[in-house]
Amino acid sequence: MSVVRQRSVLPGFGLSLGFTVTYLSLIVLIPLAAAFIRTAEMSWGDFVQAVASPRVLASYRLSFGVSLLAALVNAFFGFIVAWVLVRYSFPGRKIVDALVDLPFALPTAVAGIALTAIYAKNGWVGQWAEPMWSGFLAWLTGVMPSVDWKKLLGAQIAFDRPGVFIALTFIGLPFVVRTLQPVLEELEPELEEAAASLGANRWQTMTRVIFPELLPPLITGFALAFARAVGEYGSVVFIAGNRPMHSEITPLLIITKLEQYDVRGATAIAVVMLVTSFILLFLINLLQKWSRRHHRI
Amino acid sequence: MAGIASSLTEKQGSARGGTPRVIRNPLWVRVLFMTIAFVFVAFFLVLPLSAVFGEALRKGLRVYLASFNDPDALSAIKLTLLTALCAVPANLVFGIAASWCIAKFDFRGKALLTTLIDLPFAVSPVISGLIYVLVFGLQGWLGPYLGAGDHPWFGEWFNQQDIKIIFAVPGIVLATMFVTFPFVARELIPLMQAQGSDEEYAALTLGASGWQMFWRVTLPNIKWGLFYGVILCNARAMGEFGAVSVVSGHIRGETNTMPLHIEILYNEYNFVAAFAVSSLLALLALVTLVLKSLIEWQHARTRKDAASA
Repeated sequence: MSVVRQRSVLPGFGLSLGFTVTYLSLIVLIPLAAAFIRTAEMSWGDFVQAVASPRVLASYRLSFGVSLLAALVNAFFGFIVAWVLVRYSFPGRKIVDALVDLPFALPTAVAGIALTAIYAKNGWVGQWAEPMWSGFLAWLTGVMPSVDWKKLLGAQIAFDRPGVFIALTFIGLPFVVRTLQPVLEELEPELEEAAASLGANRWQTMTRVIFPELLPPLITGFALAFARAVGEYGSVVFIAGNRPMHSEITPLLIITKLEQYDVRGATAIAVVMLVTSFILLFLINLLQKWSRRHHRI
Repeated sequence: MAGIASSLTEKQGSARGGTPRVIRNPLWVRVLFMTIAFVFVAFFLVLPLSAVFGEALRKGLRVYLASFNDPDALSAIKLTLLTALCAVPANLVFGIAASWCIAKFDFRGKALLTTLIDLPFAVSPVISGLIYVLVFGLQGWLGPYLGAGDHPWFGEWFNQQDIKIIFAVPGIVLATMFVTFPFVARELIPLMQAQGSDEEYAALTLGASGWQMFWRVTLPNIKWGLFYGVILCNARAMGEFGAVSVVSGHIRGETNTMPLHIEILYNEYNFVAAFAVSSLLALLALVTLVLKSLIEWQHARTRKDAASA
């Protein structure tokens, strides 16, 4: 019985597969399994208490809510950036194109302190954005006094919830642009010409011909940005203010529990996050398969 | 991350010059799109990058340079280089092995293996550190056996050793290996799949041994993809914060990498020094982006040459 489906004359299959599986198991699979096994040793009551206490639930709401918002904003602006990069030629296009990957290349801690410096009250942007934010909150309170907007959206930009949003938007930025770009480049102009010659105006062509083509990669990019944002730590902790029950993200809560020597509590929360991101990964894979099949036809 | 992977294999430079008028958007739409894109890029990419250098040089060049005249900063730089020097070659060898068996052979479980290789990208950095604490920490699986003591089953020599992995350099290297695990493999797999095996068959037919074929045919063919994966892997290895933060223990001058040292300086309100160390990592990021773009353009050009030939 052989694992190989076809005999190949190429050498090195046993060596390379053996090394790959061994290294994968030692570095990735066994340590990851440790998290699940250690959690399985907990009683159900302890587990629920660890993953569903009010402080942990508040951190899920913040992490998932703000990540969703940041991914949506990235889907909108990422679409426009990808469109401009593929369709328009302008001086410095290649520089902007290269710069899009900055959030991948810049260490998260550096991004975190840089964003904090910019959006703090005396920072380059913060000094004029902070009064605008206060004005915006006052206006919202005037329109809908029943909601405590300061508590919901954060009373200031840096060291509060808007800071979390800014950091998560930054680190999710490349995903939508980079998943849309290759699809946009392969979109044939003939398709649009056909639509135009059949009497569609530009708006109809955009919404009925181009947009449906771009929807699968757009959703994929959105999901990738969301998945990355949920687990992000480095860029957020500097700018978030990290107030328990208010601006504390779930990854930070894991670190806090570890520092209090509550390894089990930290592991239980980690397992909840792992399961969530594996489900997301699975959905993203399905999406990419669907989008590939969609394109072959 | 999928974007980085696909850009090498799929990207083609296509600034469309002569777009027919019927499929062009009206002028006001073009101006609006360009403006939105530029403002967004300026706020989220250009500003943070400039802020790093601006804040680092706020009190002048002399104060900036003096920040590096600190033994803790130097030891952080050394540890970061050491970590990358261990993690990147390990993942490089793994990447070649994984792409060789996945791209050149057909076997059961191949799709599963490919998915598992990508797994570390889906894991939060904090959790990447935590899982090593679970294995090697004091309350972990192997932790109790690592310290000096009288452990049954192990030899005299082993029992005398006081092996430290968590809150020490090996833990930092392991966590870094985990977070940078897929980088090289996922660049090489699509590249080697696209290249096929014909040249390898030819080499073998002409009497090359397995290793001769690898060094003279396979490696030259994948060198650019390999380099691409390595620079991305290296950038992440040197800049990793969350995972390393969990396993390091933050011992100044001993287990602090550059990102951890930045955090300490920043929390001590030593902003100029924090941004000075950050500026080195920002430079590394810029060099990475420039090299990456150069490889992509080179790749696009060879593709165009191949198409026109």
